[in-house]
Amino acid sequence: MPASLPTNLEKGTSLWKDAWHRLFQNKLAVLGLFTVLFIFAACFIGGPVMHGMDIDPNKQNLANKFAGPSGDHLLGTDQLGRDFLLRILDGGQISLLIALLATLATVTIGIIYGGIAGYVGGRLGNTMMRIVDGLLAMPFLIVVILFREITKPRIELIGQFLIDEWEWNRDLVLRFSNILPLLVAIAAFGWLTMARIVRTQTASLAQQEFVEAARSLGISHTRILFRHIVPNMLGPIIIYATLTIPSFILYEATLSFLGLGIEPPNSSWGTLIKEGANYLETKTAMILFPSIIFSLTLFAFNFLGDGLRDALDPKAAKD
Amino acid sequence: MLRIVFHRLLQTLVVVFALVSFTFVAVRLVPGNPFVSDKALPEHLKATAEKTFGLDGTWGEQYVIWWRSVLTKGDFGPSTSLFGRSVNEIIVQSFPTSLLLGLVAMTIALLIGIPSGVLAALRKNSMIDYGSMVFAMAGICIPGFVLGPLLQLWLARNSTFFNVAGWESPADILLPAITLGVGVAAYVARLTRGGMLDILSQDFIRTARAKGVPTFTILRRHALRPALLPTVTFLGPAFAAIITGSFVVETIFMVPGMGQHFVTAVTSKDYFLLQAMVLFYGLLIGGANFLVDVAQAAMNPRLRDAN
Repeated sequence: MPASLPTNLEKGTSLWKDAWHRLFQNKLAVLGLFTVLFIFAACFIGGPVMHGMDIDPNKQNLANKFAGPSGDHLLGTDQLGRDFLLRILDGGQISLLIALLATLATVTIGIIYGGIAGYVGGRLGNTMMRIVDGLLAMPFLIVVILFREITKPRIELIGQFLIDEWEWNRDLVLRFSNILPLLVAIAAFGWLTMARIVRTQTASLAQQEFVEAARSLGISHTRILFRHIVPNMLGPIIIYATLTIPSFILYEATLSFLGLGIEPPNSSWGTLIKEGANYLETKTAMILFPSIIFSLTLFAFNFLGDGLRDALDPKAAKD
Repeated sequence: MLRIVFHRLLQTLVVVFALVSFTFVAVRLVPGNPFVSDKALPEHLKATAEKTFGLDGTWGEQYVIWWRSVLTKGDFGPSTSLFGRSVNEIIVQSFPTSLLLGLVAMTIALLIGIPSGVLAALRKNSMIDYGSMVFAMAGICIPGFVLGPLLQLWLARNSTFFNVAGWESPADILLPAITLGVGVAAYVARLTRGGMLDILSQDFIRTARAKGVPTFTILRRHALRPALLPTVTFLGPAFAAIITGSFVVETIFMVPGMGQHFVTAVTSKDYFLLQAMVLFYGLLIGGANFLVDVAQAAMNPRLRDAN
């Protein structure tokens, strides 16, 4: 037993504390983080508050169409006299919801699939990754479009069933049965890269001593994989998830712009930009406002994601 | 090397085959018929139409007949939504337009992306570096369907040189090509910068510098080729991005290319047109990826000499 321990030991910091500190050193990332929080608050709190103030995005007022910004309507009104700010906030709810839920789904599928492939390894693991390679080689947008076409009528049927037989809230079901096909299609092909990342990480972590120790203690494979291995790769998972959200926002908007995504009466940022393009020459604000908030969101998420990468993975940080 | 080439070729064909088969099943799983959109066709009319278009057999029969016709006669069948036109005719008419647009867009992307990436890496943490990286981030965050209308508004509306939309004068290719190319240029710039920084920090470059070799010669003789490897890898995905980007850009600028046809083929459930286009796109993208792999192996001695 040592006679005396030095008393002035440096207090160690955890990986996460350290990363948090590094993230807050990065001005762009902090700006991105606060912008993201602000946009979320605006869409999910500001929107409902405006509804509470009796502003209805679907209430038309043709006498007051294309109005400029005013006290009543901060961003003016659209081609049917609806409050434009509220339409953008409501559209944002759908855009963000799709991106978030699809990311959640892809991360979950990616962890399970990639984790199993990496942990089991061998021929099964290789075959599983061959399938991923094959699917990755397919053009993402094309397969998502086709897959959405298949799921759409089936989801609408289920929705109708819920309304007719189980008497679920009609508006709510219709809203979700319009969002769901796109969400399912994006998630169905979006998990592939996540699975690849997780597999590579799992394969190398599975070789390490702490896994061997866990195994010799008789801990089950499932528990080793999900309680011991997966928590050790949260860094890469968080980085990738943060960068996936803006790419899914982009896909949603692209498809909605083509008329193959969110359909009226629902709106998202993509459909608002599509509508705005029709009034490009007469009423520029119609395309400008949704485009600005849309691009701002993408910027914010990308800066945040890049910052997280630099903070959590200093070695891979690009200089 | 030959083994790798053969292996990759086989892989590409398998993927394209799976993609087309998926499309074949997918369009038939969508309710409705490919003849009249949004309306239920009376049974007897539907039967006649199906017979005319050879859609009265089982899916298996249709599948075999279609592949046989494609592989033996090069015949992709009739279009079911554009009456009286064959799929071959539509593709032959619209593909050159899309090809031209795509090539110009790709050229713009490389001409902007590679030099700005190289410059950014050479002058790391300078205004040039920040400027080009801000530009790159903008290219990623301002997609075609935002940039396109803005270009129409700011450049074309009050100009005699650019038309807002259409495909008549040679200048009409510029705005759509810029819209299409900027997003790709952004990724190219980021990848080139990354690759360049990687190489510039290596020992053999330091040795060259120590020997007093001028910067430009170092770039040309030593750094550029290995530094561009990540960029070359990206050319495959870039090609796919330009194809799917053309769906949006051709719609905005009313370019009579394949991209527009793809969107209408989906919405009108045009079986034969959609199958043919997916096959075509699949071969193009697969072919591009294949060429990229070969080019990469040729550029990288470590890959080239592996078995």
